[in-house]
Amino acid sequence: MSHNYPALIVVVPLLSALVISVAGWVNKRLCFPIAFAALAVAAYSSVGLLFRVLDEGVIVYKLGGWDPPMGIAYYVDHLNGLVLTVVSVVALLNLIASKKSIEEEFPEKTGPFYTLYILMVTGLLGIVVTGDAFNLYVLLEIAALTGYGLLAMGEERAPLASLNYLYMGTIGACFYLLGVGYLYIVTGSLNMVDIAGILPSLYQSKAVLAAFIICMVGVWLKMAFFPLHAWLPNAYTYAPSAASSLIAPLVTKVMIYVMIRLILTVFTPEFSFNVLAVSDAIVWLAVIAVVMGAILALAERNNLKKMLTYIIVAEVGYMVGGAWLGNRTGMTGAILHIVNDALMTLCVFLVVGNIVYKVKGAGFDDLKGLFRKMPFTMGAFVVGAISMIGVPPTCGFFSKWYLISGAIQAGHYGFMVALLFSSLVNVVLFFRVFEICYYEPFSDHHGHGHDHHPEPMDEAPLSMLVPLYVVGAILVLVGLYTGDIVDQIIQFAIPKGLV
Amino acid sequence: METITSIKPLLAVLVSLLITPLLISSKAPNVRETWTFVAAAVKFLIVLSMLPTVLKGTEIVYTIAEVVPGVAIKFRVDALGMLFALVASSLWIITSAYSIGYMRGLKEHSQTRYFCFFALALSATIGVAFSANLLTLYLFYEMLSFATYPLVTHHQDREARSSGRKYLLYIVGTSIGLVLPAMLISYNLTGTLEFGKQGFLAGAGASKPLIGLLLVMLVFGFAKAAIMPLHSWLPAAMVAPTPVSALLHAVAVVKVGVFSVVRVLTGVFGTDLLLSFNFGTAIILVASVTILVGSFVALSQDGLKRLLAFSTIAQLSYIVLGVGLLSPKGMTGGMVHIAMHAFGKITLFFCAGAIFVATGKKNISEMVGIGRRMPVTMTAFFIASLSIIGMPPCGGFISKWYLVLGSLEAHQMPVLFVLLTSSLLNAAYFMPFVYKAFFCVPKEAMFENTVQEAPPFCVVPLVITALISIVLLFYPQPFLRLASMMVQGITGV
Amino acid sequence: MSDLISIIVANYNYWIYITLMMIGLYAMIAKNNLVKKIVGMNIFQTAIILFYVSIGVKKGATIPILQHGHGHGAHTVVHAVDYVNPLPHVLMLTAIVVGVATLGVALALAIRVYDRYNTLEEDELLAQIREK
Repeated sequence: MSHNYPALIVVVPLLSALVISVAGWVNKRLCFPIAFAALAVAAYSSVGLLFRVLDEGVIVYKLGGWDPPMGIAYYVDHLNGLVLTVVSVVALLNLIASKKSIEEEFPEKTGPFYTLYILMVTGLLGIVVTGDAFNLYVLLEIAALTGYGLLAMGEERAPLASLNYLYMGTIGACFYLLGVGYLYIVTGSLNMVDIAGILPSLYQSKAVLAAFIICMVGVWLKMAFFPLHAWLPNAYTYAPSAASSLIAPLVTKVMIYVMIRLILTVFTPEFSFNVLAVSDAIVWLAVIAVVMGAILALAERNNLKKMLTYIIVAEVGYMVGGAWLGNRTGMTGAILHIVNDALMTLCVFLVVGNIVYKVKGAGFDDLKGLFRKMPFTMGAFVVGAISMIGVPPTCGFFSKWYLISGAIQAGHYGFMVALLFSSLVNVVLFFRVFEICYYEPFSDHHGHGHDHHPEPMDEAPLSMLVPLYVVGAILVLVGLYTGDIVDQIIQFAIPKGLV
Repeated sequence: METITSIKPLLAVLVSLLITPLLISSKAPNVRETWTFVAAAVKFLIVLSMLPTVLKGTEIVYTIAEVVPGVAIKFRVDALGMLFALVASSLWIITSAYSIGYMRGLKEHSQTRYFCFFALALSATIGVAFSANLLTLYLFYEMLSFATYPLVTHHQDREARSSGRKYLLYIVGTSIGLVLPAMLISYNLTGTLEFGKQGFLAGAGASKPLIGLLLVMLVFGFAKAAIMPLHSWLPAAMVAPTPVSALLHAVAVVKVGVFSVVRVLTGVFGTDLLLSFNFGTAIILVASVTILVGSFVALSQDGLKRLLAFSTIAQLSYIVLGVGLLSPKGMTGGMVHIAMHAFGKITLFFCAGAIFVATGKKNISEMVGIGRRMPVTMTAFFIASLSIIGMPPCGGFISKWYLVLGSLEAHQMPVLFVLLTSSLLNAAYFMPFVYKAFFCVPKEAMFENTVQEAPPFCVVPLVITALISIVLLFYPQPFLRLASMMVQGITGV
Repeated sequence: MSDLISIIVANYNYWIYITLMMIGLYAMIAKNNLVKKIVGMNIFQTAIILFYVSIGVKKGATIPILQHGHGHGAHTVVHAVDYVNPLPHVLMLTAIVVGVATLGVALALAIRVYDRYNTLEEDELLAQIREK
């Protein structure tokens, strides 16, 4: 059983997606348990796999028994073991938390929604687990196509926003495919490890350079790296809550994973940082991304969800910058931030989901008096916000610590300043929201001596609150166990050559 | 130095953190307040139980987790931390009683929230006191910033909002903008953040400009210390209910700031390093300016709480000044002043609150003759203001005395002048008010001659703290002992 | 000049795919109509499919089916030079499927957009959104 974990991770959700779509015709109530079971198996396998990797080192799983480089192989090492766990756990938690809002938002379409949901998770898990460059493209498109569908199920503007995302996403994926084509021309292989073995003698080749740059552009488009971010805010804002709280934490982070995989495994750090000599320029791009993300978020004064999407744009800048600092600390920070940012984003988007569920909107005007109305949801929001700001002991602080440390070690003070700037802007952003929730509506008579109860408490149901608090607790726990995560896992995810 | 491992410091921090669910779920206010008292008492007892060990010269250590290579979230109870924790935890008990009187007396809203965040703030304060390294200190410092925000803005009106903004801007802005990068730079220089006897930066071999930059970032970064020019959040934060101002803005928050600065000066840089680069003078200069300007501004204030706020700003810099002298006596004086000032200033705030509860008056000009109506309160006010001025028979005298000795020891004559001027100014802004409260001509008096004090929950605590202020002159142990132990550990004298 | 021409002629397959790609990209950026954008997107994808197919081709080679793959003939030596590289072609089968799926989703979304706004012209859509 444990031997087949890598296959189970992908196959079980894939098959369940088919079963769900059939079950949806029979009885809509069957969908959730099947989806839950599928993701539970995936999460269980991911965790099991991670522990196996910790024990045994890299695990190679040959699909259908074909040997690589002919057959498709799944490679699981410390890096994707960790990301797999994050993806599957986030998807599972979000599924539980979103049950009510899914049922409320699409009473007629729960079946298709769950089908797309599970397929999307299949795609994301596949991207992470696969060791084959072309296979990755296919899974990328599976995740993307289902994603377009999920996002389009939202409010009025959703289909248009989703269509725009589709244009950009397709271009991104095509670029990646093109890059892989060039790699195939020069190496004759599609297996990542195989390619990595063949490449070193070809580092001076123009085709390799072209392949690398084209792949990177494709991946950047997909992860919404500024200035290629234009599709993201609208697509995520108008999406249904259950979809945005799945897609926002995971898609960009998985694409960061792909980028890091390309840097570390396919093109070795030696090539990416030393031969290419573009890392400095890319870090500056990341600086611009962080700063612009922060400024755009500041400029958004109407919609909480949209504000959060701009924060995602800034966070993508964090990770791209960290990965391209070209030292071990920065890379550690980037990988750690994949984990942390996925969890933080999940936390705040679940909060938005709860708010939308109760208040029917996430505009700033809808937020008045929420601390009184939904104190528990808002409590979790505060935890998520504090993590996004980067306050210890929440996990957001520690990845920022590594990122800034990396910047200092690389002598890249621009990146350090950008990160601090973004932290400060996050304080402003979140406290602007808190102020609305806390002070407004202003009562006419001033504070003293009046027990004003403008609105009674009206909290989201327990099935939404419990997962939210689990996420909140994880934020703190991951923060406290940062040392272990780095020592036991991330340490081994980065090749020894990178210092 | 001997160290033992014990979970007690963690427990002391967690007590008030863990009490919050009980506070939230309590149905009746009396049950809730009982829990607060239980937590406060338990916290104080835990802190007290560590006192003999610390007095023996043993340090108590507890590590939670090593989060970054070489840096753990870790507690270490040393003499200075013990001194501060004793002050904070003992005053929490008294303030809890006072809070009950004040909040119920004014029928304030959201009292559960108030008591919860109060408890959280105390957790953070004790956490700061027991921090073993800069990261842990930063953690609890930030926790305190966020925990006190709802307290400062308790009234939830527009004034509270603008004060809250100012509060956050100064406190969080500086901690993220200055302390965080300074901490990271130091970490990358030395690979550690552990407070050392002579500072961990001492051996790093960093250049003078870099050390100077870090010093500026760390000293001003802890803006809770209200060193000018980063002081103006403190008067703004006086919109808070008076018990909050009392405990947090005379004791916990500002003292956490000063405590952090003291820790930074002694544990991060070390006195030797500061002496060798001759940075002591710069610190003294900044502190002296704050003392004098703060006192002058206080002179012109009419709002009683604002006056006290500016007085606090000035008094806090005494502590920085003392440590900045870098001489054993001066540092002892600075550290003891943490305790002496706390008891004096909290009494003054309690009095201001009691007057507000009893009469609804906030301005000094409206309080002429109040001594006849509230004799107990005003007597306590008088005693406490003597302590702040630094006159016997109050504890404030001791710390001032040590500061004077320290300035002589360090051959800093201008400091003597600063201390003297400031004492005169202190007298100048407190004494006329006290005088008018008791001895105004009858036709000027604004109150009836009948005695009408605030509720006993308000009056008893302020009497207790005033008495402690007197007792501290005759029995300044364990505070003096702890401070001199700390100084001995640093300088060897 | 003749060098340039020879470069172009020698690698004409690359030039064709790049030209096609640019046409597709242009359509996606410059066209106002959502369906035209979708057409552009499809051209873009097809360009890459052509690229892949062209890199598998060899001069004078035949389709990669072993004529005597079974029975007695199976023992004869196979010369890789005689057959085109099948792998890129197989990959493109998948890519074509992906492209069709993308097209389907895109058109479905376009229909949804049309249902709501009664137009597929981008400027009119934006005008309608701005009004609200």
